[in-house]
Amino acid sequence: MLEIKNLQVGLEEEDKQILKGVDMNIGEGEVHAIMGPNGSGKSTMSYVLAGKNGYEVTDGSATLNGVDLLDMDPEERAAAGLFLAFQYPVEIPGVGNMTFLRTAVNAQRKARGEDELSAGEFLKVVRAKAKALKIDADMLKRPVNVGFSGGEKKRNEILQMAMLEPKMCVLDETDSGLDVDAMKLVAEGVNALRDGKRSFLVITHYQRLLDHIKPDVVHIMADGKIIKSGGPELALEVENNGYADLLAEVA
Amino acid sequence: MAVTNPKYDICDALLAAYKAPVGAKWAMDARNAASTNLRRMGAPVKRDEYWKYTNPAGLTALPAPTAGLFDADEMPMFTSIDRLKMVFIDGVFDAEQSDDLTLAGVEIETLSEALSKDIHWAKDMFGVLEANGQTPVNRPLAALNTAVAQEGFVIRATGNSPMPISMQYLHTSENSDAMVHHVIKVDAGASLTVLENGPGAARFNSVMEVDVADGAEFHHVRTQGRDHERRTATHLFGRLGAESIFRSFTMTVNGVLIRNECVLEFTGDDAKATIGGASAGDGPGFHHDDTVFVTHDALNCESRQVFKKVLRNGATGVFQGKILVKNGAQKTDGYQISQGLLLDDNSNFFAKPELEIYADDVICSHGSTVGAIDENALFYMLTRGVPKAQAQDMLILAFLSEAIDEIDNDALSQDIHDRLSQWMERRRS
Repeated sequence: MLEIKNLQVGLEEEDKQILKGVDMNIGEGEVHAIMGPNGSGKSTMSYVLAGKNGYEVTDGSATLNGVDLLDMDPEERAAAGLFLAFQYPVEIPGVGNMTFLRTAVNAQRKARGEDELSAGEFLKVVRAKAKALKIDADMLKRPVNVGFSGGEKKRNEILQMAMLEPKMCVLDETDSGLDVDAMKLVAEGVNALRDGKRSFLVITHYQRLLDHIKPDVVHIMADGKIIKSGGPELALEVENNGYADLLAEVA
Repeated sequence: MAVTNPKYDICDALLAAYKAPVGAKWAMDARNAASTNLRRMGAPVKRDEYWKYTNPAGLTALPAPTAGLFDADEMPMFTSIDRLKMVFIDGVFDAEQSDDLTLAGVEIETLSEALSKDIHWAKDMFGVLEANGQTPVNRPLAALNTAVAQEGFVIRATGNSPMPISMQYLHTSENSDAMVHHVIKVDAGASLTVLENGPGAARFNSVMEVDVADGAEFHHVRTQGRDHERRTATHLFGRLGAESIFRSFTMTVNGVLIRNECVLEFTGDDAKATIGGASAGDGPGFHHDDTVFVTHDALNCESRQVFKKVLRNGATGVFQGKILVKNGAQKTDGYQISQGLLLDDNSNFFAKPELEIYADDVICSHGSTVGAIDENALFYMLTRGVPKAQAQDMLILAFLSEAIDEIDNDALSQDIHDRLSQWMERRRS
């Protein structure tokens, strides 16, 4: 599904290398997790995959089902099936949540040559999905993320994901700022989307989230590289011992 | 040796070019007073402080600069709501295309009819509000209008008007030079909505004098678009009685030169006024100026000025807004915000917010910002698959919405919203 080869990325504005050759291969239906200390490059990787300005890819590649992601505009990546759940979802005053969702869903359908959903059809689908995430009608009416609590913002991200039905979901610290109940709700939302085909890349600091979203593979990232990959037990090891041992092992 | 001054040369030329129509003595007195006033102050020139950011040359040149006709690829606005329609062709009223001018609770006469009557209530208004609005700042184009304008309506609402009066200004001649003068009186407790739509003429000079009596309501929604070359100067003079409500909103898209002035005076306590504007300009040929002067001379009145401009490809936007709180006008609540959204480095937004306060128990706030599209919001939208141009337009519309929301009528604000989206959509394709 998502194949990342020797990905090397620096900042455009300053001479600073952030990713120093990342390799990762996420198969269809798999859930991979990336853990790592602050500043290791986890969020940068999610931004680079989504196509944010300000980064320069100096080497390597990232492909989604064989198609070069890095060559596409952000909206084309989305239409190709990539979704990034933001660590800090952006507030957009003046743009209604529902309007935004419908515009996004229909833009993607149009880009893929599918028929657009009518207002009625859309409403039916969105209501059902919002209910499962405990998102009420008021939240759908309000401007995108404006005045939302931390938990509401993250649930809204998952709602967007559910509506857009991407092939490859990247979740950037979706657990940050969530209490235990909210995390469970978000995890349930994610698990509901696991269908054996859709793949996930879950970026997190804590093993806790991985209790709810069970990963197939766990990668440890440090200083712009994957320093170790393994099964779910690797996350437990980090939880118990911190990153120090792993970093020492590599050094 | 006589030294010529362009201010007075232009003024003389203008007064010579337009003929004042004959009317009743009181009307002629008002017109003569306006000419005298104009001769005293002279025509506006770029050197004037009040015209520092907007060159008035195109508004005073003789003959009027021409304006190509725009492909009539869109319908007039406000057609879907019940309204009394008045059609003006290049500034001249066309009775055939207009509705029958009868409306319950509203008296409607043409300007020339009213001004030919020896006794008329308009005597206390025609040229009077305009003349009041000449101090402390000169508005020579309004004086010129009072002196010579022949077209327009004298309207008096004695009750609650069952539907809006909709003035539709069509532009059909490349060298039309039009002047329109409306006098509107809303009696105590009555209410009236006036809609204006269309470019008017190649050059259009419009004055509207509005008296809103105690407890009365006046709503005004205006759209100026979408011609490219037109030049427009408008003046809206409002006098507000106690507990009255005055709301005016203008949407402008394109146009070479537009100056919309609004001059309001609170004369009775506990009144409220809102003046809003949303404009979108594209290209170095776009220049849009909102100039507002609000005078608080009563207790506990509230005024809001909300202006938003989106500018791209070298377009220019100007805002000059003033709140004057006179001695004794306690508990005044004055608010003013003007914001420019610049889509590139070539466009300009000039703002001159002014507060002058002589009372000590008031709340007055003002703000002015200039910025670019929020890159984070844009990226967020792109990652959801919304194409860039569409995402940008959504953000622009959201920005303008804060001004559009000042319209106190959902159907009308939806109409404005829809029209703006259509314009943007068409621009993209």
